[in-house]
Amino acid sequence: MSEKLLNLTLKVWRQRNSKDKGGFETYAMKGVSTDMSFLEMFDVLNEQLINEGKDPVAFDHDCREGICGMCSMFINGRPHGPKQAVTTCQLHMRSFNDGDTITVEPWRAKPFPVIKDLVVDRSSFDRIISAGGFISVNTGNAQDANAIPISKEDADESFAAAACIGCGACVAACKNASAMLFVSAKVSQLALLPQGQPEREQRVLNMVAQMDSEGFGSCTNTGACSAECPKEISLSNIARMNRDYFGASIAGK
Amino acid sequence: MSSSKLESKIPEGSLEQKWTKYRSTVPLVNPANKRSLEIIVVGSGLAGSSAASTLAELGYKVKVFCFQDSARRAHSIAAQGGINAAKNYQNDGDSVYRLFYDTIKGGDYRAREANVYRLAEVSANIIDQSVASGVPFAREYGGLLSNRSFGGTQVQRTFYAAGQTGQQLLLGAYSGLQRQVGMGAVQMYARHEMLEVVKIDGVCRGIIARDLVTGKLERHFGHAVLLCTGGYGNVFFLSTNAMGSNVTAAWKAHKKGAMFANPCFTQIHPTCIPVSGDHQSKLTLMSESLRNDGRIWVPKKLEDAKAIREGKLNPNNIKEEDRDYYLERRYPAFGNLVPRDVASRAAKERCDAGFGVNTTGEAVYLDFAFNMKYKYGKIEATKKGIANPTEAQLKEFGHEVVKEKYGNLFDMYKQITGVDPYENPMMIYPAVHYTMGGLWVDYNLMTNVPGLYALGEANFSDHGANRLGASALMQGLADGYFVIPYTIGAYLSNEIRTKAISTDHPAFVEAEKSVADTINKLIGIKGTKSVDYYHKRLGKIMWDNCGMARNEAGLKKAIEEIRALRSEFWSNVRVTGAADEFNPELEKAGRVADFLELGELMCLDALQRNESCGGHFREEYQTEEGEAKRDDENFKYVAAWEMKELGNWELHKEDLVYENIKIAQRSYK
Repeated sequence: MSEKLLNLTLKVWRQRNSKDKGGFETYAMKGVSTDMSFLEMFDVLNEQLINEGKDPVAFDHDCREGICGMCSMFINGRPHGPKQAVTTCQLHMRSFNDGDTITVEPWRAKPFPVIKDLVVDRSSFDRIISAGGFISVNTGNAQDANAIPISKEDADESFAAAACIGCGACVAACKNASAMLFVSAKVSQLALLPQGQPEREQRVLNMVAQMDSEGFGSCTNTGACSAECPKEISLSNIARMNRDYFGASIAGK
Repeated sequence: MSSSKLESKIPEGSLEQKWTKYRSTVPLVNPANKRSLEIIVVGSGLAGSSAASTLAELGYKVKVFCFQDSARRAHSIAAQGGINAAKNYQNDGDSVYRLFYDTIKGGDYRAREANVYRLAEVSANIIDQSVASGVPFAREYGGLLSNRSFGGTQVQRTFYAAGQTGQQLLLGAYSGLQRQVGMGAVQMYARHEMLEVVKIDGVCRGIIARDLVTGKLERHFGHAVLLCTGGYGNVFFLSTNAMGSNVTAAWKAHKKGAMFANPCFTQIHPTCIPVSGDHQSKLTLMSESLRNDGRIWVPKKLEDAKAIREGKLNPNNIKEEDRDYYLERRYPAFGNLVPRDVASRAAKERCDAGFGVNTTGEAVYLDFAFNMKYKYGKIEATKKGIANPTEAQLKEFGHEVVKEKYGNLFDMYKQITGVDPYENPMMIYPAVHYTMGGLWVDYNLMTNVPGLYALGEANFSDHGANRLGASALMQGLADGYFVIPYTIGAYLSNEIRTKAISTDHPAFVEAEKSVADTINKLIGIKGTKSVDYYHKRLGKIMWDNCGMARNEAGLKKAIEEIRALRSEFWSNVRVTGAADEFNPELEKAGRVADFLELGELMCLDALQRNESCGGHFREEYQTEEGEAKRDDENFKYVAAWEMKELGNWELHKEDLVYENIKIAQRSYK
């Protein structure tokens, strides 16, 4: 932990509410420790703004350990910033250089309307899960957990898909604002497990229908979603979902 | 004797029969009546999500509130290591009784026998339910579930999904909840914060919530209200809790008459990434599961520790005989797997004695090199048929195994510190992690306010003075999936004639007005210091005086300091923005205002408990070897506090009766 201090220029998107047009504000930051996380730098900026009697920057964040999926900044044109496989809260200032100008925007996608500044509304993701991202098992109906052996390979692959944190970086990264990576991760997690089989076809049809009705764009196999995903959710999930979707469609479900 | 205000309602009968008998005799509500009974669930973590979906499945009308933008973000998501269950899949001697016994002992004999036994009984069902709902737990090659060890136990009963067990369990419970939302059985209110309990004729009848996007205050009626709002560790400012974790819902309930039990019982987790500077906003846990394979040590020689702190010595260059594996030395039977309170105090003891590492002197090493090479490396070499592997080969083979087991944790450590834990020992230090204390509840999980329940970390009931690792997830899901669906019937079966009460009732109007007044007051102060400024100062007072070690003088001083800080806050805080808009500073201000009151009660509770037990260590009460010295004769009770007015609490005692376990000095030696 060899600490250095950086002087930075921040260009931050400010927008009072969903109806406001919004625009960039520029802030000079002095003596930013390389040990700080990106969000801690925003804490410092906000403390500065409050002391000056100005409105602090609103941004979503909660666990600050890369798992809740709440943080969502678009940093220098990339969701969660320049590093691979990290969320904004896990991005540290040692990834930047003295004198850098850093541009910070909210996720930009029609189904993610801005609430304020860098905060967007991602409730469309919840509605997609409500459409089918579950196994219909009421509490009390379960059999013994070891009654269904699941090969380690399938369990691991299912887990890898289930690692999605629902942050929306995939949508923000996509030029079409497609939610295919998010939806396919849930579809795959359940499709890979024996428990998920009875509803497999109906699930994919319902989730895709909800995704479309939310206004997410189409997938053109560019792969930006997976490249920018903080949990490195694989593109193969999209392929699996497409197979399931076509299969279910042909079956006339 | 227990106070007459505290009726624990523990069923009669033998320990093994209590819950079974209770379930068979508890009054039921018929399906037609369930549809007209409304239940409010506040919080959407493991306890809240599992309770809400299960109650909706049963036919009740449910509303769920969470302050995050989605139910899936609740802080249960961050739990890493695992969930305990008495499945005995490993055939290593586990049983319901043993899980019960370990939990009572781990809690240093300050938890209720009946509640803990029930918890152990339903633990196995949780694993079944989670697997059925698609939780991808770790598995062995034969396709069966894998287990690992956690602190304070000698069996392998912890189920896990890499270092993301909480995430997987929560997403399982969340998907069940969203299913009910889709079916119209649950109404979800995300980005809403509960700010008041509404009571009519002494009974809880609803809540006031603020829509965090518009700032609008809303009134919601419920026949019952379930607070599943987690713990209050953020009173320390720095903790492993999420930034938004708060005591507000529980505190509002407390101010409306619900008793707060054992507030001073807080858990300091031994393995967290140390503080790096003043900018620090939160602390990150490194899972307890790492203590399976990591060995904890500091240098034996003061001069080595000093050289490390000054950056002149690399720990890898310290010879084996110059390292002090102090947990293995002091507690040979449990070694690195002693319970959290014991491990934390031992780290503090070494650092206070000058052996700490890191530039701050407040860190110890958690070192994987030994097991990486000589445990996993050797096994892999044997598998490969290499009789005399080189050190480099052992390291290479072991590296792969360790990566498979703990990869995401090692990556996280490197991301935060910039140091590679495969090459260098991790540096760790204890940090506030969990709160055993919480709202007092009876066996039904109901507070002393009729109709108001508390589940999961928000209640006090199962972990005594120290929680064992991997038991928080177990309790949250036990309460939500398997306890409340039964126990709530005992209350609601008497409520079937209660029609939904209009939210125009004067009690709702008055409650909303008091919330609005508080908000306007906060915004109107227009002082000079930010909310965080006060939160950090409170955190320091709490950590210094009511943290890992406490004493009478410090606690008395802290109470005075907190009172002074509270009055300064209410005259000089600066809350920017307005009430009728999305305003995170206002949200924080309300939460810190509550922490400023809670802090005083925690110190008061720590002050009255003239003994050391579990996470509560009073320096005046320790053995010659520096172990916690319990006083069962005078303190074998739950301390439940009733607020008369701010700064004036009455203590009620619930005597703890141990009929099945012989109380003993806790020993892990």
